[in-house]
Amino acid sequence: MTRRQAEPAVELRGITKRFPGTLANDAVDLTVRHGEIHALMGENGAGKSTLMSVLYGMERADAGTIRIDGRAIKSGFGSPSDAMAAGLGMVHQSFKLFDSLTVAENVVYAAEPRRFGLVDRAAARRRVRELAEEHGLAVDPDARVGDLPVGLRQRVEILKLLHRGARTLILDEPTAVLTPAEADALFAVLKSLAAQGRTVILVTHKLREVLEGSDNVTVLRDGRVVARLVTAETSADEIAAAMTGRAVELDRVHAPGTPADVVLAVNGLTTDAVHDLALTVRAGEIVGIAGVAGNGQSELVEALAGLRPTTAGRVTLNSEDITHASATERRVKGLAYVPEDRHAVGTAPAASVADNLAMGHHRTSLSSRGLLPPAAVRAHAQRLVERFGIKASSPEVPASALSGGNLQKLLIGRELAHDAPLLLVEQPTRGVDIGAIQNIHDQLIAYRDSGHAVLLVSAELSEIRGLADRVLVMYEGRVTATYTKDEADERTLGLAMAGGAGIAVEAVD
Amino acid sequence: MFFDSDLLMSALRALTPILLAALGGAICERAGVFNIGLEGMMLMGCFTAVATSWFTGSPWLGVLAAALAAAAYSLILAVGTVTLRGDAVVLGVAMNLLAVGLTSFLLRTIFGVQGTFDDPSLAGLPLIGGLSPLAYLSWVAVAVAAVMLSRHVWGLRLRGVGEAPDAAATLGVSPAQYKYGAVLVSGVLCGLAGAQLALGNVTLFTENMTAGRGWIAVVAVMLGRAAPVGVLLAALLFGLAEAAGFRLQGLGLPQQATDAAPYVVTLGALFLTTARRRRRTPSPSGAVS
Ligand SMILES: Nc1ncnc2c1ncn2[C@@H]1O[C@H](COP(=O)(O)OP(=O)(O)O)[C@@H](O)[C@H]1O
Ligand SMILES: [Mg+2]
Repeated sequence: MTRRQAEPAVELRGITKRFPGTLANDAVDLTVRHGEIHALMGENGAGKSTLMSVLYGMERADAGTIRIDGRAIKSGFGSPSDAMAAGLGMVHQSFKLFDSLTVAENVVYAAEPRRFGLVDRAAARRRVRELAEEHGLAVDPDARVGDLPVGLRQRVEILKLLHRGARTLILDEPTAVLTPAEADALFAVLKSLAAQGRTVILVTHKLREVLEGSDNVTVLRDGRVVARLVTAETSADEIAAAMTGRAVELDRVHAPGTPADVVLAVNGLTTDAVHDLALTVRAGEIVGIAGVAGNGQSELVEALAGLRPTTAGRVTLNSEDITHASATERRVKGLAYVPEDRHAVGTAPAASVADNLAMGHHRTSLSSRGLLPPAAVRAHAQRLVERFGIKASSPEVPASALSGGNLQKLLIGRELAHDAPLLLVEQPTRGVDIGAIQNIHDQLIAYRDSGHAVLLVSAELSEIRGLADRVLVMYEGRVTATYTKDEADERTLGLAMAGGAGIAVEAVD
Repeated sequence: MFFDSDLLMSALRALTPILLAALGGAICERAGVFNIGLEGMMLMGCFTAVATSWFTGSPWLGVLAAALAAAAYSLILAVGTVTLRGDAVVLGVAMNLLAVGLTSFLLRTIFGVQGTFDDPSLAGLPLIGGLSPLAYLSWVAVAVAAVMLSRHVWGLRLRGVGEAPDAAATLGVSPAQYKYGAVLVSGVLCGLAGAQLALGNVTLFTENMTAGRGWIAVVAVMLGRAAPVGVLLAALLFGLAEAAGFRLQGLGLPQQATDAAPYVVTLGALFLTTARRRRRTPSPSGAVS
């Protein structure tokens, strides 16, 4: 026991991991003491997930040693279950849960309480309740995981690890999918776990939560450790500079635009999960829609894009009724759309960068008597790659080879290139680096300033505050509050997003 | 009376092979293996059952050999989809075609006949209360499968593997192992289904004698939502349709029309369930455009 206290919970020395063409981890050292919350930071592609995969037995390092509680793990763990047996537990960025099974089944899976070979369901339920009570992770053991919101699914992941007796918890980008309130709740849980002597490794690129919730920070860049910081003695600027290798201006609030004529007018719109919604967006204006995910934002945007039938209401684009127009007709009439899911909806991962950039433009600028001349497609791709700074080794590589940030630049560049009067853009910087975020924000502002209307849906409050000229808060399918740029501070928005905006305010301009 | 106890018995006889095969298909489905090779596995069972019973004189050895042969045959699917990561649909279709060719070829080389092998001294399965022992076994199998899937540790792990193999693997459960297990069990069940068809329902082997029952079993898996009891109900529907077909034939309808009864029911059932499912689930995003 004394040995356990004295030795670090996790000690990585000289971890090197090479993928074909990439040195993902280059002699990385990481020391995590018992009972601390240790943040592992870095931009996308810095090597955070790789390092954790090595620690957790999912990848084998080319060199380096792993010690757990001072005990050397010869040539690393062979599998995640070996790592679990040593007291590690990991919550992956994309949850590893069984949607059709209940919470209790998910928690005890492969470590079931049994009676005569049968799963002892009563004991499983009891176990979930006990753990939930002990750690403040309340969740109904009989609920089907597929029916739960993400915040609760994450609890199930944590309960699963606690059930297996994990003493060190690794969380990979845990707040990427959470609302501010859910994130706060998560940090409360993590702090209480740390207070009990458990250890937490938090992989993230969000500065604020690291500053509020961690004890120490290790920053990776290009596979190397570039900074080791004590949270209490550092600042957001210092961490951001370490992550990017240059000074960055965080949370910029852009100057307001100069709204002109109404481009999009929505009245009484009703569709799945959206009720009687009204809004307008003017040329030269960015209207931001804030709200906890699942309050009808996605349905609203899909309805506006023509991907979801509206049951009532009227939508006009430049005074033309498009309520029942198809997605194609809407695009022809002047709408461009950046969907939330850039992989499944926004791009065709197997198609080349050039082909992806051509999509949508095939109907207009690129078409020549119904054919797509390859030279035109190539030239078009070349232009956009340059204009938007998309990093791809060649326009012929498949889109799936691009990093998240570059894929997003591709998608946004393609849509901006339509020069459509109205741009619908959903979660433009989710999972994108600080550097790329700045670039994307600048592009959106420039688009607005050239007289276009932008409807922005984002779960990032700082993004909404930085970009939007007006902010609408959606709650349970309705716009419950409207704020001007100055009124929209973080607290006010957070409260309204949680349903705290007293009276439903009509969106008037 | 159109519906009477004779019709029911005849339905129960028709039901057994479909039920056994569909149960195997359901277990595969739950483990995440789409098994449309049921027909071919069943046909291998038919031939092996007849050949073994003929040479040993024991229908029981025929049943045993059928189960083993179909299980061995099912390994094609397991190795092909799980180990080699091939396409289950292509493999399943290939297995069904191969089984027709292989059994016809063996029929010629071993028995020296074409079309049908039929001999009065070929020993079939005895009847208990008018039904083959395999009929009772199939009902027991439904109960066992239902309990195993919903309550047993193996069942829980198998369902997990079928739903999210990655998640199962990180928890130390080998998806490959469970998928192999499920496919082998379906092989055994299809072998029994074949034995029932060739030594129970009739006592002979004829080329392609499964005549689409394996495909009907695939549909029964879908209709029954891969749950043992659901599959039983779906198989019962097809059993009744087949029995009603015989009965209609007795009433003077042409055989070509009455033979189609189970397939018509299949189409109807598929249509109804998809229509119902469509109505219940809201249209997925991107449905209109
Ligand atoms: N399985 C893999 N094969 C090839 N390259 C990989 C693989 N996994 C990660 N990489 C590369 O290694 C680098 C580090 O990636 P990753 O550890 O996922 O970064 P992070 O989690 O910090 O965003 C990236 O350049 C990425 O493209
Ligand atoms: Mg990562």
